[in-house]
Amino acid sequence: MNEIIELDARRLFCPLPVIRLQNCINKQVAGARVRIVATDPGSMNDIPTWCRINGHQVLQSEERDKEYIFLVQKGADDS
Amino acid sequence: MTRKAVALISGGLDSLLAARLVQQQGIQVEGINFYTGFCVEGHTHAIRNRDRGRVKRNNALWVAEQLGIKLHIIDIVEEYKDVVINSKHGYGANLNPCLDCKIFMVRKAHEWLRANDFDFIITGEVIGQRPKSQRKRCMPVIAQESGAEDLLLRPLCAQNLAPTLPEREGWIERAQLRDFSGRSRKPQMALAGEFGFEDYAQPAGGCCFLTDQTYSVKLQDLWDNRGRRGYELDDIMLLKVGRHIRPSRDFKLIIAREEGETNFLSGYRHQFQTIKTVSHAGPLALVEGEPLDAEQLELACAITARFSKGRDADSVELRFSDREQDSRSIHVKPLAADQIEADWIVA
Repeated sequence: MNEIIELDARRLFCPLPVIRLQNCINKQVAGARVRIVATDPGSMNDIPTWCRINGHQVLQSEERDKEYIFLVQKGADDS
Repeated sequence: MTRKAVALISGGLDSLLAARLVQQQGIQVEGINFYTGFCVEGHTHAIRNRDRGRVKRNNALWVAEQLGIKLHIIDIVEEYKDVVINSKHGYGANLNPCLDCKIFMVRKAHEWLRANDFDFIITGEVIGQRPKSQRKRCMPVIAQESGAEDLLLRPLCAQNLAPTLPEREGWIERAQLRDFSGRSRKPQMALAGEFGFEDYAQPAGGCCFLTDQTYSVKLQDLWDNRGRRGYELDDIMLLKVGRHIRPSRDFKLIIAREEGETNFLSGYRHQFQTIKTVSHAGPLALVEGEPLDAEQLELACAITARFSKGRDADSVELRFSDREQDSRSIHVKPLAADQIEADWIVA
């Protein structure tokens, strides 16, 4: 479970980064971690919101050189 | 046994209210939202510098959070092409196939319902709210052609329609649903007030670029000049950006209107021939079409220079790049405003 799955969502406009994250997370087991890099500033709101409403946790988030990077952990309840 | 409903969440007020009406009857609701590629929301904000200051949020996600429900966002870009290209029920004022679109989305929601063991579907439709897809006679067409039949509940106007399965089975109390009809938004705004919703989205002209006249003109131009109706995601994204100028059937220029658009278009420099002013501040232009001959290249550069700070100069230097493999400097006199013919301007 130490492995981090990397997702590149650069140059994609929202909601595509969210869709990429969703489709990846849905295939994982609870506790899995995914790091996603996006360039759409809308990601700053959309990815944390999507995580909150679907029961996943944003472990880290940062903006670096106009890129928005999130480390997300899949929640326990994905029913 | 708790019944489960899947709500089509557009991000607007109607779907928010419809879902809440059902939710407050003890039904477990989850949301579904479809990404077609034509969504207005967010994209122009993300591209254009002048919009950078605005608060950006995905309204469907915002609605889901207000409701406290999960939201499933489904990418239907590929499947949706057939809806746009081969409209069965016809287009609205522009290239908006609204009735076909609604049927398609309810059909997709019905497929999702069956795959996820949910009981019925909710939409925010209101009889008479929209001229194309929400007329009373369209309501049964949507239910039948989507395959959802009487699993499709419209809580905001249910009392004006025949009872659906959730009502007949007593999963939902019909008396608590509504009888809204017509184009007035006052009933919805009053209900939003009752529920305590204040900051809801009120999109002007809908949330789909296909309802936009200028956008539809550009899409039709694309089809006419390719000789076929079809598109890729990049095509429909580029129609949202820049000035579109077609001096001949052979090529079209997409000229950035500001720095944010130049940055966006520069992401396509490996896929297109590009022209950028060098001697003066100015836009990046993408050249869509066949490789330019010398005369066409000079014209394309003179048009691009017209939209630079050097528009009144005797000579402007530009750099032409062919997918970054060949790059050369070109000097032209910018076209005067009256030299850009009106029928070149697509939009």
